[in-house]
Amino acid sequence: MIGVFDIARPGSVAEASALLREHGPDAAIYAGGTELLILLKDRLLEPSLLVDIKHIPGLDAISLDPCGCLLRIGALATHREIERSETVRAALPELAATEANVANIRVRHAGTIGGNLSFAEPHSDPATLLIALGATIALESDAGRREVPAEDFFTGFLSTAREPEELLTEVLVPTVEPGTTVIYERFKIHERPSASLGLVMDIEGGKIGTARLVVGCIGERPVRMIRAEAMLAGQAPSPDLFATAAALVREETDPTVDAFESGDYKRQLAATLTLRALERATGSGATGGAR
Amino acid sequence: MIDTTTQRPTRTIRATVNGAPVELVIEPRDLLLHVLRDRLGLYGVKSSCDVQVCGACTVLVDGAPVSSCTTLALEIDGKRVETIEGMATGNDLHPIQQAFVDKAAIQCGFCTPGMVLTTKALLTDIPRPTRAEIEAYLGGNLCRCTGYWNILDAVEDAAERMAGEGAR
Ligand SMILES: Cc1cc2nc3c(=O)[nH]c(=O)nc-3n(C[C@H](O)[C@H](O)[C@H](O)COP(=O)(O)OP(=O)(O)OC[C@H]3O[C@@H](n4cnc5c(N)ncnc54)[C@H](O)[C@@H]3O)c2cc1C
Repeated sequence: MIGVFDIARPGSVAEASALLREHGPDAAIYAGGTELLILLKDRLLEPSLLVDIKHIPGLDAISLDPCGCLLRIGALATHREIERSETVRAALPELAATEANVANIRVRHAGTIGGNLSFAEPHSDPATLLIALGATIALESDAGRREVPAEDFFTGFLSTAREPEELLTEVLVPTVEPGTTVIYERFKIHERPSASLGLVMDIEGGKIGTARLVVGCIGERPVRMIRAEAMLAGQAPSPDLFATAAALVREETDPTVDAFESGDYKRQLAATLTLRALERATGSGATGGAR
Repeated sequence: MIDTTTQRPTRTIRATVNGAPVELVIEPRDLLLHVLRDRLGLYGVKSSCDVQVCGACTVLVDGAPVSSCTTLALEIDGKRVETIEGMATGNDLHPIQQAFVDKAAIQCGFCTPGMVLTTKALLTDIPRPTRAEIEAYLGGNLCRCTGYWNILDAVEDAAERMAGEGAR
């Protein structure tokens, strides 16, 4: 049984933040509870107060800025809401498709994007793709708002740049130009992905412009493959180029070893996903595979 | 909202469970699974993996499938809850239940309440799902007996029956 706690339902971000400040480590933010309640059941965490942020109005909004260039996803939007949002489907279909494959129907229905990112469990699907997309994460407290690039938000295993009295309130995702391809690939045989890869790449006049390539799930946090990105820029796509990129990713990744997969195996997965993503981005090769 | 004997926080919740109004005094830490089973005697709600993987404890809250093992009971306040006990009308099984029986989609039966309720949610969302859509929606409901084929057949059969008679 879960230890005794009380629950507060603040009506604003400022009120929630003040409660977090007042109660310090005795308080825990509670959204969908899909991760938190497991920690409580296992007594890995024993807060005396849950700060239920689900009743803060507006935090679940999903909208596209009038420019059409920025998608705003409220922290309380559930995976299911993002998956089914016409706005997300139209602006960034790969993000909607990624969300549709998170966990199972029950977890998608309860679990929020804010909870997924704040928890910083390394096997997050959206984290990898959001970094590739150059998303920004908005953090708010009673002292104000700041925005952190998604690639700087994750600082390690279950740890982020968020301060204890801050709430993750919004994810800001730039949409892409027509010539830009957005790809998410993953390999999953357990409950959560073993390896994930996000690729955002544009090709003009037969040459790759820029590529953002992120590998997730195999290490403590999703990481941009800076060397592979630099190598791809300005080059004409070819099987040799893609093989070189995959080899670079294999070297550049820094996998953690766990009970399920060895480091070498994870490097191999990352290299294979790199090839798949590049082939899918250019409509070449045998694409797809297990997702 | 503090119980005078236990000194623990409590809340009063009101919900509709299988069509009947209920009012309960609970603690914020009480899980929906335990309240449904131990307070309301709804033993069709099964406890198994305890971490939202298996689907045996699935109930519908305002029509959506929820793992009752990892949901605080206070979340049902003001909402409508359906468990397997609420599916049949008297001795008439719900068409989904009848399809599971007719297609032999049940062996030990432990996963069946969750399967049936998840199917109900699926068919409300997508009345005539493809096989792939059924597999995706039921992917989080595990069955260790049947090998799944009869369950998939049963869901297809249920969809046909319900399309025939108009969903209920
Ligand atoms: C069985 C299972 C399978 C899963 N499979 C996948 C998968 O395939 N891919 C994947 O990406 N994820 C997967 N997940 C993780 C799932 O996406 C997350 O559990 C969910 O999105 C977390 O959101 P939540 O609202 O439930 O968070 P909660 O459990 O409520 O909170 C999680 C943590 O974040 C904090 N928090 C929550 N919201 C905020 C906020 N707005 N600001 C600051 N802190 C906050 C809480 O204090 C807590 O520490 C799986 C989870 C389960 C249980």
